[in-house]
Amino acid sequence: MIDIDLALKDLPAWAAYLTAAMVFIGALLSLIGAIGLVRLKSFYERVHAPTLGATLGTGFILVASMICFTVLRGRLSVHEILIAVFLTITTPVAMMLLVRAALYRDRVENNREVPGAGKYKKAEAAVRSQAGESETADRT
Amino acid sequence: MRFLPLPPARPLDMPFLVLDWSLFIAQLFLGLAMACAAYRLIFGPRAQDRILGLDTFYVNAMLLLLTYGIRIASATYFEVALIIALLGFVGTAALSKFLMRGEVIE
Repeated sequence: MIDIDLALKDLPAWAAYLTAAMVFIGALLSLIGAIGLVRLKSFYERVHAPTLGATLGTGFILVASMICFTVLRGRLSVHEILIAVFLTITTPVAMMLLVRAALYRDRVENNREVPGAGKYKKAEAAVRSQAGESETADRT
Repeated sequence: MRFLPLPPARPLDMPFLVLDWSLFIAQLFLGLAMACAAYRLIFGPRAQDRILGLDTFYVNAMLLLLTYGIRIASATYFEVALIIALLGFVGTAALSKFLMRGEVIE
């Protein structure tokens, strides 16, 4: 796996330009996603931004790495697919877990900014009225 | 009058220069992205913002390592990036679970 004789200068021109462009685009997309993470207002808007870096940014940089090492070694070198597959599977799962936890916390604290709060308020009012009735029934 | 021969004129290696500068600028961008994520990690108003910042932080750190691996043409950094991707997901999932339930392992 360790190949000391590889040097970036040996890359032919087309591969160098392709790698340069792809790495640049990937890094730019990641930066845009991170800026969105800082600039957007609410948590539920902010969740969307960094996935730009996690999908497109990672994809571009991984493809650049694949091209670079395939051309440098002169054989197919696509082990970067491992990272791509893994990140594609895990990012949505992690984000769904996180947003579910955030939604749960916001609902417990009765925040107004929760998406779909109107529907929830009705259900909560129903639950509360039921609970209040049962409580009064217990007391009497 | 010259006693020493001039060294042979080396053509300017344009593709390599472009690639090197592009990689450098990409590293700069990814560093800035990590700074943004660190801002959200430190000043995030709530715990879920901090976890989101941590998630972004590790993804960008992984990309930075990949870019560095391309720059010095070494495959060692790929494995580091793979391990960061694996462990980062576990961290985010565990922290989300903690927010949801108050404990990580039930």
